[in-house]
Amino acid sequence: MTGIINYGAGNIFSLTAALNRLNIPYGMINIPEELEKYERYIIPGVGHAGAAMQKLRNSGLAESIPTLRKPVLGICVGMQLLTDFSEEGNSRLTGIVPLNTLHFNKEHGLKVPHTGWNQVDLDKQNLLFDGLGAQQYFYFVHSFFIEFNPKFTIASAEYGIKFSAVIQKDNYYGVQFHPEKSGVAGEKILSNFSLLA
Amino acid sequence: MLTKRIIPCLDVKDGRTVKGINFVDLRDAGDPVELAWQYSVQGADELVFLDISATDEKRKTMAELVKSVARQINIPFTIGGGINEIADADILLNSGADKISINSAAVRNPQLIDDLAAGFGKQFVVVAVDTKAINGKNYVHLNGGRIPTGIETKSWVLEAQERGAGEILLTSMDHDGTKGGFDCKQLQKINRMLSIPVIASGGAGSREDFAEVFNETDVDAALAASVFHYGQILIPDLKQYLKEQGVLVRQVNEE
Repeated sequence: MTGIINYGAGNIFSLTAALNRLNIPYGMINIPEELEKYERYIIPGVGHAGAAMQKLRNSGLAESIPTLRKPVLGICVGMQLLTDFSEEGNSRLTGIVPLNTLHFNKEHGLKVPHTGWNQVDLDKQNLLFDGLGAQQYFYFVHSFFIEFNPKFTIASAEYGIKFSAVIQKDNYYGVQFHPEKSGVAGEKILSNFSLLA
Repeated sequence: MLTKRIIPCLDVKDGRTVKGINFVDLRDAGDPVELAWQYSVQGADELVFLDISATDEKRKTMAELVKSVARQINIPFTIGGGINEIADADILLNSGADKISINSAAVRNPQLIDDLAAGFGKQFVVVAVDTKAINGKNYVHLNGGRIPTGIETKSWVLEAQERGAGEILLTSMDHDGTKGGFDCKQLQKINRMLSIPVIASGGAGSREDFAEVFNETDVDAALAASVFHYGQILIPDLKQYLKEQGVLVRQVNEE
């Protein structure tokens, strides 16, 4: 069963709705003691990365997350929490993946937030991408992004700059887009994650 | 590369869609969720639900609708109509809405934009602007273009962005309902002033109109209602056509 890290970081109705549609069983994790009941974990998140990190600390889960050995999937801000640092509020994050979360540069003449369906190149083979073609469209809405890194970036997208659409380090995965809002391709990512062990 | 979005807008009254007849295989043409599902399967990139009911029960019916949509639809959607305060938005967010659209409430109380952006993030706040030309200048209008506010459209969109709007939905009341094409000139002018996404609305009558708005302006998305609801334009055909015209769009049949 998949456990959703429930640290009060915004609305998770759409995520649980998607899991219900896909018949993926899940439960809520509110305190560190509940972690061991689950086979894998999703860290959702919307809004401000610094504020989300603070909520994660307040929940007592921030210290446990880096010690997990089962598959973890961070979504959007939940993905950013896996990195070292975010320019959003100059916030120190969990540091599980040694990357930085940066702000899209408005000087490029780009609209921020980066909103809409962008093409994602699934650069590396991964069980998370099982059954998907090499290029897919996913729905993004974010103002901060994780820098591209050939070691940890397993899928990339471009918006003025090439950035990480999906990262992986050991059992930790992060997706910048919203799989619960990305049509059939997004649902496939969630299904594939639910099969990871 | 980021694709241009095609957004059908559904008018909803008391939990039922008002327009929308021309779909085959619809069990219930008045069911907004079923219509939304059809659009999502056809390749709509996003949906807007505009609640036009005016009952005391409105908040409750909207929340129920939003929940049903969020349960069954796998693309993002915006809900608009009668959102006047933080409490309204809070219910909709927790029911699964990705964004809310505010129009006259924001004009009456601009601080609402700041409060919503601070409470829920900019990406949640779409400011819808109905604009109409008077003596060659564009002004914000309320109540579907009936009430002029005296506020110039260009100053209002800048203020909305400054206060924390994540997106502007610009409807030209001079073009709306004409099916004569989008107001490209104004859209490009407004779009160039802003650093947030702009959704074009008002005037869509043909596939060519969509190609024109994307090729002649840098808007991020185009919204339409009746041309989709009455089947004059089918989304897969539109997307194929746009692709042929050099517009970057998401094609679902490639998945």
